[in-house]
Amino acid sequence: MTRITSPHIKSQGPEVSRRSFLAGVGGLTFSIAFLGDGAPILNAAGKGDLGVTAWVRIGADNVVTIFNPSAEMGQGSMTALPLIVAEEMDADWTRVKIEQSPVDARVYGNPQFFGHQMLTVGSRTVQGYYTGLRKAGAQVRKALLTAAAGHWKVPVSELRTEPNVVIHVPTKRRLSYGEIAAFAKMPVNLPEVADGDLKNPCDFRLIGNKAIGRADIPAKVDGTAIYGMDVHVPGMVYAVMSRAPVHGSRPQSSNAAAIKAMAGVVDVVTLNHGVVVVADTMEGALAARKKLKVEWSQGARAAGFQSEKDLDGYRHMMEGAAAGDPVTTKGNVKNAMAAAVKTYQADFYSDHAYHAQMEPLNAVAHVNTTGDGAEVWAGTQSLDGARASAAKALGVGVDKITFHPCYLGGGFGRRSWSDYIEEAVLTSKAMRRPVKLVWTREDDVAYGAFRPMALQCLKAGVDKAGNIVAWEHCVIGDGRSLLTSGIRIPFYNVPNQNIELRGKSSGVRLKHWRAVGHGFNKFAIESMVDLIAADHKIDPVEFRRRLTRHSPRALKVIETAAAMAKWGTPRPAGRALGIAFAERSDSLSAGVAEVSVDRAKGRMRVHRFWASLDAGQVVQPGNAVAQMESGIVYGLSSMFSERITFENGRVQQSNFHDYEVMRMADAPEEIHVEIIRNNEPPAGIGETGVPIASGAVANAFFALTGKQIRHMPFTPDRVLAVLKA
Amino acid sequence: MTSFMLNGKQVSVKAAPETPLLWAIREHLKLTGTKYGCGAGLCGACTVHVDGKAALACQTEVSAVAGKRVVTIEGLSPNASHPLQKAWIAEQGQVMKAAELLAINPKPSRADIVRHMNGNICRCGTYTRIIAAIERAAREG
Ligand code: FES
Repeated sequence: MTRITSPHIKSQGPEVSRRSFLAGVGGLTFSIAFLGDGAPILNAAGKGDLGVTAWVRIGADNVVTIFNPSAEMGQGSMTALPLIVAEEMDADWTRVKIEQSPVDARVYGNPQFFGHQMLTVGSRTVQGYYTGLRKAGAQVRKALLTAAAGHWKVPVSELRTEPNVVIHVPTKRRLSYGEIAAFAKMPVNLPEVADGDLKNPCDFRLIGNKAIGRADIPAKVDGTAIYGMDVHVPGMVYAVMSRAPVHGSRPQSSNAAAIKAMAGVVDVVTLNHGVVVVADTMEGALAARKKLKVEWSQGARAAGFQSEKDLDGYRHMMEGAAAGDPVTTKGNVKNAMAAAVKTYQADFYSDHAYHAQMEPLNAVAHVNTTGDGAEVWAGTQSLDGARASAAKALGVGVDKITFHPCYLGGGFGRRSWSDYIEEAVLTSKAMRRPVKLVWTREDDVAYGAFRPMALQCLKAGVDKAGNIVAWEHCVIGDGRSLLTSGIRIPFYNVPNQNIELRGKSSGVRLKHWRAVGHGFNKFAIESMVDLIAADHKIDPVEFRRRLTRHSPRALKVIETAAAMAKWGTPRPAGRALGIAFAERSDSLSAGVAEVSVDRAKGRMRVHRFWASLDAGQVVQPGNAVAQMESGIVYGLSSMFSERITFENGRVQQSNFHDYEVMRMADAPEEIHVEIIRNNEPPAGIGETGVPIASGAVANAFFALTGKQIRHMPFTPDRVLAVLKA
Repeated sequence: MTSFMLNGKQVSVKAAPETPLLWAIREHLKLTGTKYGCGAGLCGACTVHVDGKAALACQTEVSAVAGKRVVTIEGLSPNASHPLQKAWIAEQGQVMKAAELLAINPKPSRADIVRHMNGNICRCGTYTRIIAAIERAAREG
């Protein structure tokens, strides 16, 4: 099994780490930086023109250390990225050690992001690093071959590699990578690699190998993995905060002096958006906060926000003369709609949703006594962003922040903001001692940053043959691109499209949420597709075949999911199937849900779920299946119960009793995932299960009852209302 | 000051008697395998064993375990050798809750498992895997 250096993810500031890497005795250190075009530049240690730190180190003990630049939140990136390097360099996976890379985006940033951020979001990690890390691994292998050839005085062409070994084929002599590392001098210029130097995917031993598990699991099953909340620093005190109950309001006054006088309270620190209570103990901080009274400023923009009423009001925005902001304009929708033999119109609603990552937000910060530098420990999806935010909060350069990435107890998009890290830094700045700042679950809900609520207004026109010839889709709400993700239908053959956004500001905090807008957009789109199919008495799978006939990969995922579910065969009494198709982060998927409904209680149940996935080359197939299952359950959860509402700008929910996430009893009895294998470039997987879940459930309910629910989540009251109507 | 056995060792915590066992274990004793998820008895992330029975550490006052045996994920088995740990369930609250089930019901049915485990939230949605892991541990354990 692959080892991780220590129970927690280790990392150091780049300056420190670089020195320590270079000081490592009897080993080779490889440095790779991704430059603008995403191509890796590999140099011997210390020769990198960016002053880069190492990606790969080969020790004389034959241990290969590979650095992971991504955030590990249970999704498996910290295994997948080193695996790609190991594959091409032909490393022995049992001798690979994974270390968290330093936080330096110039070296470790994802080439797919503008500015190369170290950002683990949008299912973009494997996709973004894949080619660069393959080339990097191939370069390491080539350097080892060159060194061995020089040692034996034979041509490189007579050499081949096996895991961690270079072999001279004619004489069967062998040198382990560790033995080479002990004598080799790194060439000043490392060998160039071309695409042709990369392995043929059919020769992969590690990429696509189902037997390889996630490297982070062993430390998680014995409790030694260090998440942000698990950090302890000598002299550390505990902080909890009262934050503005309405986003944008500010603390005007408080009984801070009285709180400060309480036994065990160390300090009370007032920040822009709230008041922090610091105490010797966690329980002391919580008890003192209960006594804290804060007067908040009035008149914040969010103060008038009534989510339910405002959502109802969105419909009026369709009647106004003003056009929306175009997302996709194709053909001539107006003419096509006028010429259509039949048109369909439907509105779909969705509520705010909360991330509910299992580990509430938290960070540990230690600002030094002179106030011009800090150490920070936190789980974050935005590694360099968090470091930069800490520096900005303190008013110092980034180099003054030593950032220690920790495991994340879930991210789902919430942990790419650094608000909780800034709070810890500012609190520690006021005290100049280490502070663990913890959000309770109630804090995490009340000051959440949510998937926005939305109204989707859809209209479609159909020709004589039953083809959709015109498509209008307007999404209305707050959050701009948070709303339009997933609104396009690039794989459906619809010649005339007009897709647009109408924005309405609410003043509340909104954020990317697993699959962003795909969850509610695909719910609306896929429901609309089934509405039209049903009216034409065309089977939903057959109807999607026609829609995707020019997109072979899309067609294949639909066919595959249908076959997996034995679509068209009878179901147990009281059950029906629904299908949905979605694309997310360049992967394609179709899902089929088998659903029943308790007509007395209005409770729906998904018994079985089948999903197909085309994500190109899959690095870790076992983990890909797990990610799909996870996305499906996350999607189902948001489809059945997850709902945040606001009154007068205040979040109405507070914990898992009133923000219900899916539990074991409601989870599907079976989930089946089939990966369609091909050698296309890797696509993102971690979010793809979410949108197929919402669409498939909606369509299964429609198939079962002949009625559509057009407001997600499908809470029992909504189910009952539709059944009664 | 409260004294109890934690993973086989005698420990004492200098904390107010009503302090949740969760903070006593995690923050006073710095044994962080036991997690905080909700603080309200709703998620099961803080599950530990008190005298062999699963208990929610966020709902248990530290004074209530005086003189008792408390076991956390770190002390569940030597070298993480419990069949549930070998089954790679990564969320410790689930492991501790499932370990209790297997101790009292070595061959649980699927319905037994769901009934026993329903208080433990897994936000990554690995429920089908957790059930399979418990069934496998029951077969092989
Ligand atoms: S933290 Fe104790 S049940 Fe959630």
